[in-house]
Amino acid sequence: MRTRFQQGLDELRARLLRMGGLAEQAVDRACQAYQDRDLKRCHLVLENESQINAMEREIDELAFDLLAMQQPMAVDLRFILAVTKINSDLERVGDQAVNIAERVMDMAELPVVELPVDIPRMAAASSAMVRRALESFIEGKAELAQAVLEMDNVVDRMRDEAFITLVKTMNEQPEKTRQALDALLVARNLERVADHATNIAEDVIFWVRGADVRHNVPQEPAAAAQEVPEAR
Amino acid sequence: MACLRGAVAETANSSSGVPPISLVRRITDVFVTCSAAAAVLLVLLPLAAIFAYLVYKGIGSINWAFLTQLPKPVGESGGGMANAIAGSVYILLIASMLGVPVGIGAGIYLSEYGRNNFGNLIRFTADVLNGVPSIIVGIVAYGLVVLTQGHFSALAGGVALAIMMIPTISRTTEEMLLLVPQAIREAAYGLGVARWRTTLSITLKTASSGVITGVMLAFARVAGETAPLLFTAFGNQYWNWKLNQPTAALSLQIFNYAISPFDEWHRQAWAGALILIILIVLSISAVRVAAGRGMLKGVG
Amino acid sequence: MGVGIQVDKLNAWFGKTQALYDISINVSANHATAVIGPSGCGKSTFVRCLNRMHETIPEARAAGRVRIGDIDVYNGTSAVQIRRRIGMVFQKPNPFPTMSIYDNVAAGLKLNGFRNRKQLDEIVQRSLTYAALFDEVKDTMHKKSGASLSGGQQQRLCIARALAVEPEVLLMDEPCSALDPISTGKIEELIFQLKEKFTIVIVTHNMQQASRVAEFTGFFLLGKLIEYDKTEKIFTNPSDKRTEDYITGRFG
Repeated sequence: MRTRFQQGLDELRARLLRMGGLAEQAVDRACQAYQDRDLKRCHLVLENESQINAMEREIDELAFDLLAMQQPMAVDLRFILAVTKINSDLERVGDQAVNIAERVMDMAELPVVELPVDIPRMAAASSAMVRRALESFIEGKAELAQAVLEMDNVVDRMRDEAFITLVKTMNEQPEKTRQALDALLVARNLERVADHATNIAEDVIFWVRGADVRHNVPQEPAAAAQEVPEAR
Repeated sequence: MACLRGAVAETANSSSGVPPISLVRRITDVFVTCSAAAAVLLVLLPLAAIFAYLVYKGIGSINWAFLTQLPKPVGESGGGMANAIAGSVYILLIASMLGVPVGIGAGIYLSEYGRNNFGNLIRFTADVLNGVPSIIVGIVAYGLVVLTQGHFSALAGGVALAIMMIPTISRTTEEMLLLVPQAIREAAYGLGVARWRTTLSITLKTASSGVITGVMLAFARVAGETAPLLFTAFGNQYWNWKLNQPTAALSLQIFNYAISPFDEWHRQAWAGALILIILIVLSISAVRVAAGRGMLKGVG
Repeated sequence: MGVGIQVDKLNAWFGKTQALYDISINVSANHATAVIGPSGCGKSTFVRCLNRMHETIPEARAAGRVRIGDIDVYNGTSAVQIRRRIGMVFQKPNPFPTMSIYDNVAAGLKLNGFRNRKQLDEIVQRSLTYAALFDEVKDTMHKKSGASLSGGQQQRLCIARALAVEPEVLLMDEPCSALDPISTGKIEELIFQLKEKFTIVIVTHNMQQASRVAEFTGFFLLGKLIEYDKTEKIFTNPSDKRTEDYITGRFG
């Protein structure tokens, strides 16, 4: 039934997944670049940004078309709305990856210093969240999305800790200020990535369950702590 | 045949890219059209001939005296058919008063309540009745009314003609009522109108023009009947307005005069026939006029 | 002004074929309730059982309890009386062709013996105003026949005719399916305003129409009521998979 409509929905899904892949890749590249101070990777991230932006436009156009021409209802309507929101979040993730890359390019000119923060661990967490959120979209499973929501608190805490320690460092060791500042900004970017992943998860829950779970009071992430992978 | 030449020319000029209609088809088309026209002429010709002949034979005898005077005794010339004209109208009136309500009532029953085996039986009976020769209807009326009353009468004549009107009126009424869309009835039911009221005030009213046409057609048909009146109205040389006395009728008078040996009467018979035809044509024209004035707005 | 409708275990048959199975539903007063479902699901049959129009079909019967306000529809009152309290508008506009616009609107009253001319004038004017038709016909309503109006106007005339007898409930069986989009829009607008005074049940195969005019929607399938809920719920997140399959067009 409604083959054209079904094809449209499938096309929308496929494109969003492709975009998700690009965004995920951008974040991973940026984080890897941070670890290795790899300028080439940074440039790749910056170059691929335009691709992500173009995809965002395409996906929005296709979604708009389906809404106007196919009168979707219920789950189909929720799906399309969720896709448009996830679309926007993924594009922002791409933006954050670009920000991180720019930070890294800035830091590459400075001497390497020892900083008491584990940025790679945070990067891994954020990246995992994006991946899990996209998985929940692929599988259409609200439980997977729920797990992502719980991980957000962990990342938030990591950012707060990083903030405190880096400020302390800047106060006690002023010669490391610039590097500390860069690290702080990267930490903030990563926290934003995690937030976007959370949004994506909320949108998946809206689509699957028809429940709007945004702006909920965060729960105790006791179980989620084990989810955080070790730094690569 | 210019059209044939044209047909051949068309088939020859096939350069326009549209496939030419074959010559055979075109010839067949022309042939059938001509045959249809000829058939129409064939039908109209006798009608026109009759009318023309009647006019030729009868017009000379129609005058004021003819229309207003009673018949004169045998041998005397002059006189008219005034009582026959009036008598025909009188008998037809009685027939209508008897036949129309019964016919319409039967039609209503058959269309609204008679979609079952009993209804089928009634329909069958009406069809049979329609086919009964008019003389037999006359004999039946003779047995029912004349023998009971003891004398010929206008009433008996009216009964005979009514019996002949009923099947036509009932069939037409039923057909016309069936043409009324069920949606109209449902609209009335939806308003809480009872079924009988719906049938009379809505359905019948919507079909009214068709029903009236049916009545007039039945009327026109029996207006010229002679056989049923032979043993019922019987005829009368004088005026009669009583229900239970023999009455003159135009068709009877024409019959009697026509089979008589008198030329004078023959002349008057022609005139009478012309008058009868004119009256029938007038009544059918009245139906057409009424239809044209929009009385048929309810149906179709 | 409007009353609620409580239906309890309503069953209906056409001869030996059962068309409705144990329908139980509570229609809220002064709201519009849509009845949707695929062809042959029984939605028209259901609505026609509410005012006992179902019985006008030979060999059709219904059983169950239907209460409209304080009247028990199947027990105690005659069908004719019931239909005077419930108005019905049909799929194809069906004004009485031999009557003028005025007479059409007054038909329900006149045919039931109402004679007071002055009151009739008032009622006709009021009903035509409710139906948003008065301004268009006020000069010609005594002369023009009901059938001389356009499709959309005819349907509004039928609505005025139904409203003239002041029913408490208005049943509409796919009232816009024979009309163009503009007429449809006008009638949907009308339904929205009529809700204040009447309880409306509207059968529609057009889901977008149901979502536009009705607060509640019932989904019928094969003679059963599958789901009955607020319209937003039915169209954004229905509870039953069959409902969802129907409204997303995945049927069959």
